[in-house]
Amino acid sequence: MSETDNPGGMPHATNNVTIELRGVHKWYGQFHVLKDINLAVNRGERIVICGPSGSGKSTMIRCINRLEEHQQGQIIVDGTELTDDVKHIDQVRKEVGMVFQHFNLFPHLTVLENCCLAPIWVRKLPRKEAEAAAMRYLEKVKIPEQAKKYPGQLSGGQQQRVAIARSLCMNPHVMLFDEPTSALDPEMIKEVLDTMIELAESGMTMLCVTHEMGFAKTVANRVIFMDAGEIIEENEPHEFFNNPQSDRTQLFLSQILQH
Amino acid sequence: MSVHTPHPDMPPPILNVGVLGWLRSNLFSSPLHSALSLFAIYLLYLTVPPMISWVFLEATWVGDSREACAGGGGACWVFVKVRINQFMYGFFPESEYWRINLAFGLLIVLAIPLFIKRFQSKGKLAIFILVVYPIITFQLFSGGNFGLTHVETSRWGGLSLTLILAGVGIVASLPLGIVLALGRRSKMPIVKSVSVVFIEFWRGVPLITVLFMSSVMLPLFLPEGTNFDKLLRAMIGIALFQSAYMAEVVRGGLAAIPKGQYEAAEALGLSYWKSMGLIILPQALKLVIPGIVNTFIALFKDTTLVLIIGLFDLLAIIQQAFADPDWLGYSIEGYVFAASIFWVFCFSMSRYSMSLEKKLHTGHAR
Ligand SMILES: Nc1ncnc2c1ncn2[C@@H]1O[C@H](COP(=O)(O)OP(=O)(O)O)[C@@H](O)[C@H]1O
Ligand SMILES: [Mg+2]
Repeated sequence: MSETDNPGGMPHATNNVTIELRGVHKWYGQFHVLKDINLAVNRGERIVICGPSGSGKSTMIRCINRLEEHQQGQIIVDGTELTDDVKHIDQVRKEVGMVFQHFNLFPHLTVLENCCLAPIWVRKLPRKEAEAAAMRYLEKVKIPEQAKKYPGQLSGGQQQRVAIARSLCMNPHVMLFDEPTSALDPEMIKEVLDTMIELAESGMTMLCVTHEMGFAKTVANRVIFMDAGEIIEENEPHEFFNNPQSDRTQLFLSQILQH
Repeated sequence: MSVHTPHPDMPPPILNVGVLGWLRSNLFSSPLHSALSLFAIYLLYLTVPPMISWVFLEATWVGDSREACAGGGGACWVFVKVRINQFMYGFFPESEYWRINLAFGLLIVLAIPLFIKRFQSKGKLAIFILVVYPIITFQLFSGGNFGLTHVETSRWGGLSLTLILAGVGIVASLPLGIVLALGRRSKMPIVKSVSVVFIEFWRGVPLITVLFMSSVMLPLFLPEGTNFDKLLRAMIGIALFQSAYMAEVVRGGLAAIPKGQYEAAEALGLSYWKSMGLIILPQALKLVIPGIVNTFIALFKDTTLVLIIGLFDLLAIIQQAFADPDWLGYSIEGYVFAASIFWVFCFSMSRYSMSLEKKLHTGHAR
């Protein structure tokens, strides 16, 4: 276990923390969806979050870039606390990229325009520079030849890779993935996972909600298991899969590994 | 072991292609279909030939007085011909017609580059047309500066007035409608209620009432001596009225945009106005082009209602000509003429919207 750079059960020990959730609670109306979430993510760390459907995984990572509002506790990203202050929110969103289950590419813009939009309008890059950077990232995700096409003309796997490139164009420190392969046909899952593995190897801080356990084993420093709005268990992958502590984790793993 | 030999391509059965195939699949595919087709053809036979003969074959085209039409059994287009200037320019002084011609000619010249693919600065030109062009046009119509004689708005009329009313209505109601639609979907309660009340108020009142109130009631409330041009009041009334309809059309488009688009825009750090302007509205407006153009067409035709407040748009000025004792009894010609002018404009708008829809289609699949 010591050969990984995983800080183990005491993430607070390092001062290299880039995302910190302290006692976060959230409700949808009466429904208590997040219960006392505590999590610290170090720079360069790759975290996989899993758990049954409806357990609050999406809600948690969406709180990190304020797509959802938490009502109690603190969320601090790169030293900026998320509050109602729009400046703070903008600051955090500049540093945090997100990839969605359904890609959410802009269908009225070409692949290249999808990638350049935010750098031009948010980072105020000159168009030429933004396009050059976008082409670099499109090469990285291996689809530079599709730059002039519209998202509707691409396969699901290609669209998701464009979505990853689009996020990377903003030069984020952190990338959030919310089930990036769940909407894909089986033969396209690998191309997206390969892209994510490459990204992990480049040292990106990543939080991935995914049920791809192979991916978790290869790249994760830490696996987090959530159920009913709580973090039930977190451990480095080898321990997590071979020696799950709680029976809920065991049940979940047996269900997911069966097929 | 058998070797596969590819099957040769064969021509389709003769009854499925060509004129015969088309007739069979489109007009005579079943007994009921055949009966309906024959009935429709019979109706066309009853109506179209007499119409063509009235409008074209037996119509009188030459001459400059009522006598020219005495013998003909068809339409008397001479009536329209001798009054065409009034129908186009209203009571504008004849020596100043060139100003109206110049204004509309300028619009056509300015608009041409918008349809040229290779022309780069379409956006800038569009802004010029929307901002600078109206000022030029107003100067040309109204005069009073640059050595142009002043022409009162009460002398504006005919087709040129119709086009001005419709143009102002269209240009003002779309942005206003968009703002109202965004307001109605806003999370801020005050903005939202103001938009809802505004929209529901204007949608609940007939346009006739709006025009009537703007010309009769409004002056009662305004301080003594304020002179607020009647045409301007009508324009404001039409623009506000149509913007409420426009808002509902746009709102339909906004509602059809998936939540993921808003979230992706937010996650990239785009501000509210940027994500609306760059992501949401372009998609939403594209979705509702048919509805928007529908509203434009309704607006164009609704401008005829200004006749009740004493403005002489195309229809009003034609009707006014019926009263000419020299030309009693030619109202059908007048109405047919008015209808065909309106039809040409409305039909062009409809065709343009269809081509726009096609052009903007990017094969989106979600
Ligand atoms: N906008 C919302 N309003 C009300 N309930 C919601 C909303 N979004 C999610 N939920 C509920 O919150 C719970 C957690 O949702 P989610 O975070 O999407 O779970 P997961 O991603 O783990 O499947 C679910 O029970 C879901 O029904
Ligand atoms: Mg989810």
